Amino acid sequence: MADVSPRIIPDRLQGRSSRLLKSWESLLLVVAVLIFTINSFASPYFLDPWNLSDATFNFTEKAMIAFAMALVIIAGEIDLSVASIIALSSTAMGLAMQAGFDTPTLVAVGLATGLACGAINGALITGLGLPSIVVTIGTMSLFRGLSFIILGDQAFTNYPASFAWFGQGYVWWVFSFEFALFIAFAVIYGVLLHWTNFGRAVYAIGNNPTASLFSGVRVGRVKFILFLLTGLMAGIASICLTSRLGSTRPSIALGWELEVVTMVVLGGVNILGGSGTIPGVVLAALIMGMVTFGFGLLNVPGIVMSIFIGVLLISVIALPILWKRARRRMAH
Amino acid sequence: MLQETTKSLMKPAVALEGISKSFPGVRALSDVSLALYPGSVTALIGENGAGKSTLVKILTGIYQPDGGTLRVEGEETTFASAQAAAQAGVTAIHQETVLFDELSVAENIFLGHAPRNRFGLIDWKQMNGDARALLARVGADLDPAIRLRDLGIASKHLVAIARALSIDARVVIMDEPTAALSHKEIHELYALIDRLKADGKAILFISHKFDEIFRIADRYTVFRDGRMVGEGLMAEVDQDRLVKMMVGRDVGQVFPKTEVAIGEPVLTVSGYRHPTEFEDINFELRRGEILGFYGLIGAGRSEFMQSLIGITKPSAGAVKLDGEVLVIRSPAEAIEAGIVYVPEERGRQGAIIGLPIFQNVTLPSLTRTSRSGFLRMAEEFALAREYTARLDLRAASLDQDVGTLSGGNQQKVVIAKWLATKPKVIILDEPTKGIDIGSKAAVHAFMSELASQGLSVIMVSSEIPEIMGMADRVIVMREGRIAGRFERDDLTAEKLVRAAAGIVEA
Amino acid sequence: MMKILMKNRELLLVVAIAALLVLITLRFPAFIEPANLARVYNDTSILIILALGQMAVIMTRCIDLSMAANLALCGMVVAMINSVAPGVPVPALVLLALLLGAFLGSINGLLIWKLEIPPIVVTLGTLTIYRGTIFLLSGGAWINAHQMSDAFKALPRATLAGLPVLSWLSVLMIALIYIVMTRTPLGRAFHAVGGNPHAAVYTGIDVGRTRFAAYCLSGALAGLSGYLWVSRYAVAYVDIANGFELDIIAACVIGGISIAGGIGSVPGAVLGALFLGVIKNALPVINISPFAQMAISGTVIIIAVAVNARAEKRKGRVILKKAEAH
Repeated sequence: MADVSPRIIPDRLQGRSSRLLKSWESLLLVVAVLIFTINSFASPYFLDPWNLSDATFNFTEKAMIAFAMALVIIAGEIDLSVASIIALSSTAMGLAMQAGFDTPTLVAVGLATGLACGAINGALITGLGLPSIVVTIGTMSLFRGLSFIILGDQAFTNYPASFAWFGQGYVWWVFSFEFALFIAFAVIYGVLLHWTNFGRAVYAIGNNPTASLFSGVRVGRVKFILFLLTGLMAGIASICLTSRLGSTRPSIALGWELEVVTMVVLGGVNILGGSGTIPGVVLAALIMGMVTFGFGLLNVPGIVMSIFIGVLLISVIALPILWKRARRRMAH
Repeated sequence: MLQETTKSLMKPAVALEGISKSFPGVRALSDVSLALYPGSVTALIGENGAGKSTLVKILTGIYQPDGGTLRVEGEETTFASAQAAAQAGVTAIHQETVLFDELSVAENIFLGHAPRNRFGLIDWKQMNGDARALLARVGADLDPAIRLRDLGIASKHLVAIARALSIDARVVIMDEPTAALSHKEIHELYALIDRLKADGKAILFISHKFDEIFRIADRYTVFRDGRMVGEGLMAEVDQDRLVKMMVGRDVGQVFPKTEVAIGEPVLTVSGYRHPTEFEDINFELRRGEILGFYGLIGAGRSEFMQSLIGITKPSAGAVKLDGEVLVIRSPAEAIEAGIVYVPEERGRQGAIIGLPIFQNVTLPSLTRTSRSGFLRMAEEFALAREYTARLDLRAASLDQDVGTLSGGNQQKVVIAKWLATKPKVIILDEPTKGIDIGSKAAVHAFMSELASQGLSVIMVSSEIPEIMGMADRVIVMREGRIAGRFERDDLTAEKLVRAAAGIVEA
Repeated sequence: MMKILMKNRELLLVVAIAALLVLITLRFPAFIEPANLARVYNDTSILIILALGQMAVIMTRCIDLSMAANLALCGMVVAMINSVAPGVPVPALVLLALLLGAFLGSINGLLIWKLEIPPIVVTLGTLTIYRGTIFLLSGGAWINAHQMSDAFKALPRATLAGLPVLSWLSVLMIALIYIVMTRTPLGRAFHAVGGNPHAAVYTGIDVGRTRFAAYCLSGALAGLSGYLWVSRYAVAYVDIANGFELDIIAACVIGGISIAGGIGSVPGAVLGALFLGVIKNALPVINISPFAQMAISGTVIIIAVAVNARAEKRKGRVILKKAEAH
């Protein structure tokens, strides 16, 4: 009781700019610029606007899902079924197409299937309280399995010409519809996570679900919505991908869940939940897209590229840990 | 008497001298000493927060003391890890026994030192046989092959004790071993302790129940506020003196209790019950009142409070707030109605470590600081500034991770968080548990201020001075039921202790 | 009756498999013939071996998503050696596959033990790295049957007392892992670490080292399976066993092994694998498209995890003495 007047605690100590400089996102930005520079020196074709525009198709669909996945992982859960939702949505659209429905209906079917799959995941995880990693491994099998039952070794082709626009159309000059969608969702998810009560609840749940519940956060409802969102985003990605490929096979988007999770983790989202940002995921998407494209220009096969992604995934987590240890050792 | 004297001349099995231990912001133990003699039971007595559990953790190698010496059979040593303490023959039986639910009884006894056959493989037959023999020694009629999770708490205790015997422990620490036992089981435990004594084990017995301390202990040591305030032979002390040593200080002066005119009933709880946790809970809470809930740990107080805010469902009962019947299914609804609960487990249920201070404070009030679902940082900082200042928080900035604060300051953030929702009723569950003296005073002063502003406060506490110093009225709970009601005027520490422990006559 | 079944997951599975067999037999009586059942078992042998390794890992509260990629890499390496140097004795190749697999597993284990990186991230990463490495080694080329020596292909097919060596190998592995899990300190440490890592420390168990050992074991079994896979199907290429990691996890989840660690058994893992094996082999004979297998195993995983969760649900603490007496 020494000082009578209550002490005023400053809002922030570090300026925003100094914190920004030290962030994971700025490191990603440096890496992105570096890769951009290397690519432009390595291949004369890289800087061509149309080539760059083509390159965006490498990541836009995955990135859309990654935004929703980032929220799920920040909230301490995971959704491994996203690629299978793409397959099932695509298959549902194929069935609708065969039944003679028009393009708007196909889109509606794609979105509805994605939402329905998300609702199933959400209900199993929040309703029955099952671990999301096992549930979504199960639905991953189930959703793609349904596509296999419907299609077997067949494929849906002959989508209407107007349907092709979603994956192949351009909004303005070299900017594709998909890229515009990518930008729009980056903004929407950035605002949702960083500027709304819902986003705050996501962080709170990821850091401490019990205390969040005690604090009046409707934990179950928030998690359910998150799985609904990943389902919806997978549905949207499915529309784009199906339209771009012009066909549906049950093996469509096989293995994408791993790439999406890698994108999210590379973007600085803690796999154990609680922290991460949308700008980070955007940068990670750009980096992964440019690396894929750069390797493509150099005729490096996709699978070698996947080694790079795997090494990247482990090292982005391992390096900060090793760095911290080395510093501690220096201090002693 | 003669026997006792010879024993005290013996070399202690384990002795602590001048042990100190601090945590950020809290001095948990200062310069305490304790000697445990073979074949003798030493009772460790003290209120919650007196430093007993810190001492147990030092004895079992989980904490390293900041200063002081530790001797085993006279040899100075250190317990660098839990394994080191176990190797030196110190074993603890905790209240929440830490064993393996999915493994068999025999394996819980022998994990880490199981008998092997000549191929080096674990010999289950011999292990089960040895386990049966050990269980017989502790008087437990258990099948060594069944899984631990199928046992009740009492049997789990016996398994833990059998494990202690199997590693040939020198020192057995029993931390409130009877808390979960029935009358019959307690007597079996007494018989077992007598046998352990006869085997020459040194036993440290921690309990709040005086009848069992007098029944079982040979010596006593009393802790208060992290210091040793008394020790001696049980034969030379009586209950009144022990209670006085435990409670110690003159309680009236430390607590900033202000006289408040108590108003009309605000919260009425009637016929509240739960199938396994509590029953027959009826009481009224008035405007401006601080109602204390006293009891031993595990008496069902927190469980009842949590069902009030919708964490668990009661099987029957009604709640009225300002005369209107309330149905609360979740904490969110409770906060909306104006009932908030500041939980006991600060780290798990209270603070959201990883989020900055201001976001912790505003989390339950986001609907007020935001506009149509969008955050407004300026409003958040304003709200956080107001309430952290009222609680006299010490922090570098409001943007700081709440995890970097001391326990006391974390608690202030947690209280600020629920207070910022502008509740009518605030339930504080062990509001000063494990925090430093300065923060305690700030919390108590604030509680008085709240009551004088017309808020109704329920204070769950296991600390007698706090209850005596702060409460207008006290309800004592024991084994899930109300065991006594006391007005401030006729409140004494002895009455509280008796009601909580179930000692009938004075 | 239901209660006993719910309590004993292995028994529940035996009943489920028996019911499945009855259903299949109603439509296709020949399925139940011993020769056919032996064929089904043989066909499931590799999955059984892999499930045993995954079980050890899951028991310690970890997961190994890289097992199928590990299998494919080890299979490719021994196939390539065999095609270049047919003279190398097959047992030496089997041993090599085993050791290489254990080495790849130990990389997972080290990253998890020493750097404390979450297992799912580590094995997701090594999954892609191991697959990519196969491409780097093979250049994307296939090793076909005619490039493999006869001895290399013959081993798993050779029959011994009426059963192929492949079946015998899986029986041997079941017995071996059963002994490890039930009769060695390491096996019991797997149980303890997953069941209560805190308490495990008190009993002198090193949690990180135990997990490392589990990954070495799963790696070794994946390596062995690598040889068995390429020799049995007489082909090796980048994508063999692609996605098989999910079947392995499915077998474990169906077998009652809790993803939260500490709960599980060798019979459970074996029965879980057999359950999937029976379904896979039955679909064609009862005229259900083999494409349905994936959806069925997905459904079974979800049901299994829901059943496990119910069985694991802990009782709340009892404060009222009256309630305790009941």
